[in-house]
Amino acid sequence: MTAMTAGTPARTITKVRRPIRWGTAAAYVVAVVVIALMLAPVAYIILGGFRTNSQITADPAALPGPWELGNYLAVLTGGIFWQEVLNSTIAAVATTAGVVLLGLMASYVLARYRFRGRGVLYATFAAGLMFPMTVAITPLYIVIKNLGLMNSLGGIILPQIAFALPTTIIIMVPFLKAIPDEIQEAAFIDGCSRLGFFFRMVIPLAMPGVVTVGILAFIASWNSYLLPLFILNDDSTFTLPLGVQAFSSQYSVDTARVLAFTSLSMIPALIFFSVFERRIVGGLTGAVKG
Amino acid sequence: MSVRESAVPAASQTGLAANEGSAATTLPSSPRRGRADWRGRLEIALLVGPALAMFLAFVILPVVMAAYYGFFSWQGFGPATQFVGFKNYITIIQDPTFQQALAHNGLIVVLSLVLQGPAAILLALLLNRKLRGQSLIRVLIFVPYVISEVVVGTGWSLILQTQGALNGALDKLGLGTLTQDWLSNPDIALWTLMFIITWKYIGFAVILFLAGLQGIPEELSEAAAIDGASYWQVQRRITLPLLAPTLRIWAFLSIIGALQLFDLVYIIWGQYISSTAGTSTMATYMVTNGRNAGNYGYGNAVAVVLFLISLVVALVYQRWVLRRDTEGAITGGKRR
Repeated sequence: MTAMTAGTPARTITKVRRPIRWGTAAAYVVAVVVIALMLAPVAYIILGGFRTNSQITADPAALPGPWELGNYLAVLTGGIFWQEVLNSTIAAVATTAGVVLLGLMASYVLARYRFRGRGVLYATFAAGLMFPMTVAITPLYIVIKNLGLMNSLGGIILPQIAFALPTTIIIMVPFLKAIPDEIQEAAFIDGCSRLGFFFRMVIPLAMPGVVTVGILAFIASWNSYLLPLFILNDDSTFTLPLGVQAFSSQYSVDTARVLAFTSLSMIPALIFFSVFERRIVGGLTGAVKG
Repeated sequence: MSVRESAVPAASQTGLAANEGSAATTLPSSPRRGRADWRGRLEIALLVGPALAMFLAFVILPVVMAAYYGFFSWQGFGPATQFVGFKNYITIIQDPTFQQALAHNGLIVVLSLVLQGPAAILLALLLNRKLRGQSLIRVLIFVPYVISEVVVGTGWSLILQTQGALNGALDKLGLGTLTQDWLSNPDIALWTLMFIITWKYIGFAVILFLAGLQGIPEELSEAAAIDGASYWQVQRRITLPLLAPTLRIWAFLSIIGALQLFDLVYIIWGQYISSTAGTSTMATYMVTNGRNAGNYGYGNAVAVVLFLISLVVALVYQRWVLRRDTEGAITGGKRR
């Protein structure tokens, strides 16, 4: 039995026993089967984009033969796709920045200040978890309309920030609480103000948590559908999910091109996720343990 | 965390203090207490203010507005003047389409728990060991969760349509008798939906459970193993009970998500087919009969019903299930 070094999190439950060898083999088999199931539809979408419509009609479940680049090229050279990528990027980046900034500020207060009403404040934000956007969408649409933000990206960025705050705060508060008091004291003794402490110490120390909530917010915004569906009616403001839907109804006969468009639209989120996977898992751990 | 008693006089006598015994640090109060009080309040206001304002404006206000407009017959423009009392709510409750949607939601809630829970626990247990390529496996299992609902919906509806890839593959394998009208046959469509939901969201459950498993000290299962417990005994008696808080939070998120289900159904089945195929949900009912029909008052009333159902479920769940996790993330409100 190898001793775990202190720093690494305990990954294995036990390696002491014989049957585990079988277990490990079984784990590989199950893992391969599950991953095949998980990836098959994704592969279908990506590969389908390399086929022609006649290939798809003749045999819906086959590999491309010959490989056809035309669909992807047509999507990539058309203006719509890039416009929508730009819109999605602006919305996601602005949402992420807003969530991180506002969420960090609020979490800092909730984690490290003591004041009357703190519990209530925390509960208010936490209650937001129970009310996903679906419930509020109809009146939210009216609020946005009254603010004159219809058909603008601002109209989806602001609500997205607000709706991402509960998760952010719930993940960040434990992170910020975990910053040792000694550091804070040392900083104060050295003449650092509380706000100075926030900017100079808290933000760098909370970076892992910040990255986690940032990624979650980014992916949520990148994928969001219901809110843009209500707020954005004008093609030029469409984000990618709306674009995919519009494209697939506009070119409903051109299955191959729809598949190419769809697979291109999921690439950014996938890249983003695979780069930061560990952070997301770490953040979820923190959230679960409270 | 006994800083409270040390060098710095505790601020717990000032108005700023709350009588909380948690891990939060006490602020060092300056000798001039009044000024410090002011500064502290100003900082709190500056730091929390923006987040709170956004939250109130875009989360709380709409919920309140929904409650107000739900009492009106209102087309979405101009002031709402045609007060109809509880008429919208009575219509909703008596509408068989809504009742069906509600029943579908109930079924989806139960089936999500029953299908995803055990499968995800087994997967997490299997993957919670040193495997070559462990992090790659985890990334790949999580892939469907990261892909947007629109992509998932578009892809699956192309695969599952009558002339789609699944039926094509079945034909090729000589299983032509198994081909189905996966999406529009009302006997099957709900199960198709459940399959897609499981496919899409099980990765989240697995990652969550893996994270929970990693928080369980290894010594416990080692000790049990030395005492002669079998692998499965260890899992049943030690791992699962210790994983329970994670399971409870996952179940909560899953239930709420299932009650609010919209994107997948609306994208794959669209607003009209979903009710004939037997996959409509309260949320698709709300969008179809509210916004798409131009009856914003009615749509708001549906939102309120959806909200109340979610709220009741959430409160009941918190009261009876989550209460055990005294410091659980979502039970934060109980902390005082």
